[in-house]
Amino acid sequence: MRDTPLSNCERDFLLKAIEEKKRLDGRQTYDYRNIKITFGTDYGCCFVDLGKTRVMAQVSCELVTPKESRPNEGIMFFNLELSPMASPAFELGRSSELLVKLNRQLERCLRNSKCIDTESLCVVSGEKVWQIRVDVHMLNHDGNLMDATSIAAIAALSHFKRPDVGIQGDEVTVYSPEERDPIALSIYHMPICVSFSFFQQGTYLLVDPCEREERVMDGLLMIAMNKHREICSIQSSGGIMLLKEQVLRCSKIASVKVSEITDLITKALENDKKARKEGRKCGFAESMPQERITALKTYETSVEMTDLTKQASDIVESAHARAEIALSPVLPAPGMGQVGTGLQNAWGLEDEDDEDDDDDEDGDEPEVTIVAEKRGNKEKRERPVVIISDSEEEEVVILNPESS
Amino acid sequence: MESCLKDQIGAVLLPGDVFTFIKTETISLTDTSKAEKIICGPGLRRNGDDVVVCKSGVLRHKHPNLYWVDSQQRRYVPVKGESVIGIITTKSGDVFKVDVGGSEQASLSYLAFEGATKRNRPNVQVGDLVYAQFLIANKDMEPELVCIDSSGRANGLGVFGAGGLLFKVSLGLVRRLLAPQNEIVKDLEKLYPCELVVGMNGRLWARAATVQKTLIVANLLESSENMTAQQRRTLFKRVADGNL
Repeated sequence: MRDTPLSNCERDFLLKAIEEKKRLDGRQTYDYRNIKITFGTDYGCCFVDLGKTRVMAQVSCELVTPKESRPNEGIMFFNLELSPMASPAFELGRSSELLVKLNRQLERCLRNSKCIDTESLCVVSGEKVWQIRVDVHMLNHDGNLMDATSIAAIAALSHFKRPDVGIQGDEVTVYSPEERDPIALSIYHMPICVSFSFFQQGTYLLVDPCEREERVMDGLLMIAMNKHREICSIQSSGGIMLLKEQVLRCSKIASVKVSEITDLITKALENDKKARKEGRKCGFAESMPQERITALKTYETSVEMTDLTKQASDIVESAHARAEIALSPVLPAPGMGQVGTGLQNAWGLEDEDDEDDDDDEDGDEPEVTIVAEKRGNKEKRERPVVIISDSEEEEVVILNPESS
Repeated sequence: MESCLKDQIGAVLLPGDVFTFIKTETISLTDTSKAEKIICGPGLRRNGDDVVVCKSGVLRHKHPNLYWVDSQQRRYVPVKGESVIGIITTKSGDVFKVDVGGSEQASLSYLAFEGATKRNRPNVQVGDLVYAQFLIANKDMEPELVCIDSSGRANGLGVFGAGGLLFKVSLGLVRRLLAPQNEIVKDLEKLYPCELVVGMNGRLWARAATVQKTLIVANLLESSENMTAQQRRTLFKRVADGNL
């Protein structure tokens, strides 16, 4: 679907407003819109709201063979998606000029600035390295996609944790998060892109242009910088002539904005880490504001009361007393081992015997006998959990209780 | 039959909600059963014996038997007779192509302006705004706009838009603005004089004395969408006092 055209009246009004140093949403020239960073429940999932612009980034990893030219470096892969959900002008599966431009700028911003230690992603040199894939999805387009994308990508990368690997000889084991704690990527610095739009051949300058401002602008300057005031990439598009002083001024503004945004990202990361540690609810669903349409709301709250008393009495009548749950008489005591909980033997003991178990059910079952040693536990238990059967196929398993 | 719909007036409905009309198994001989008629407006659809909801929103009712769902959608679907704000995108031969925010562009004949003849063409440029009315709006045909009424008078329609700002709001807000005796417009009138063009396609055009005032009007209207009357009044008061 084609995009809504920009009418002459909007164009004239915008240019006139910019001349008067006014912006559509009441911002000042160098103001950013509200930035909100939220993280999903998974590691490496990040949503960034920049005003009405909304971007989601998801980081994932995979073990691959490295490039031959760089055998001991991990691979960074960036993928951007402009879905029609963001704007009706975007089409799925077609690489538009804007998409290529954004993708290239993100790569220059994050890969070429070497902000991520790719050598730490090497598992076996020349054979196995981690490929870190960053998928950025545009959810809503209201201008300045680049800044939102770069913030989302770097925040997601800092939030991401890859699984730990162990190497024994030739074998590479990938541990699940339950076995070993996943490892965060090592990030040296956070490059963040700041966009400047120029109007009237560079006479007027605006930071963080919204969608309609982007449409009437003459040129765009994107500066990627980290908080150490190091420029990671700089790109001018639109074909306007910029003076040296203008570029210097932009880089000064960028350094201020970048330090603000970096603080915001670190704070968001800290909050998320704290929430996860304390076991509070985290994830983007918790941090979504509830946008309710209250204008048409009526204040009376109606509660459905039809045959409520009947329903309640029905429940009381028909309900039975809760059946007593028969507890197993065998109580696992400290220092005592027990096999399974009754349903399935989770200990992986003698698989071939299982078939025999099913066949003979008349008391002749071979039972696993456990003798648990008690160390340092002086308490005498009157009923030890030792079941000794008189079967021939008796087996004795001795479990050493862990010292911890 | 109507009762189950009547119960839900003012309730929030979601697409997929079904109103089933309970049929009595036995026909009583004494009562004369009368067929009830209801008219389903936007958002309600008949499916066999049931009425199915196909838009999310609040169920509204108008006496005697009119029901519709008041939704907050933003996508416009052309309806015959509605007045909309369009943007001229191309001039081709004797018709203009106009973007109205629908799925398809509408066509507007150059003869459909007041006082236009084959010789005397109206001065319309690409990118201009027109306030026009739908003459034809079928789902299978290209919609057609006109800028005159049946007697050939402009009656407020035509090219406009110098010096003002065009912006988009939801269709629900537009309907509220157009409702007679609307409070938002009344509150705005008290603030300061401004010109307002309201298109049924969710486009609003506003112009006040200065750029600053125009921007304030636009932002007030945009934000009054999700506010209660009380919240809105306090906001308008703050603007009137000048401490925003």
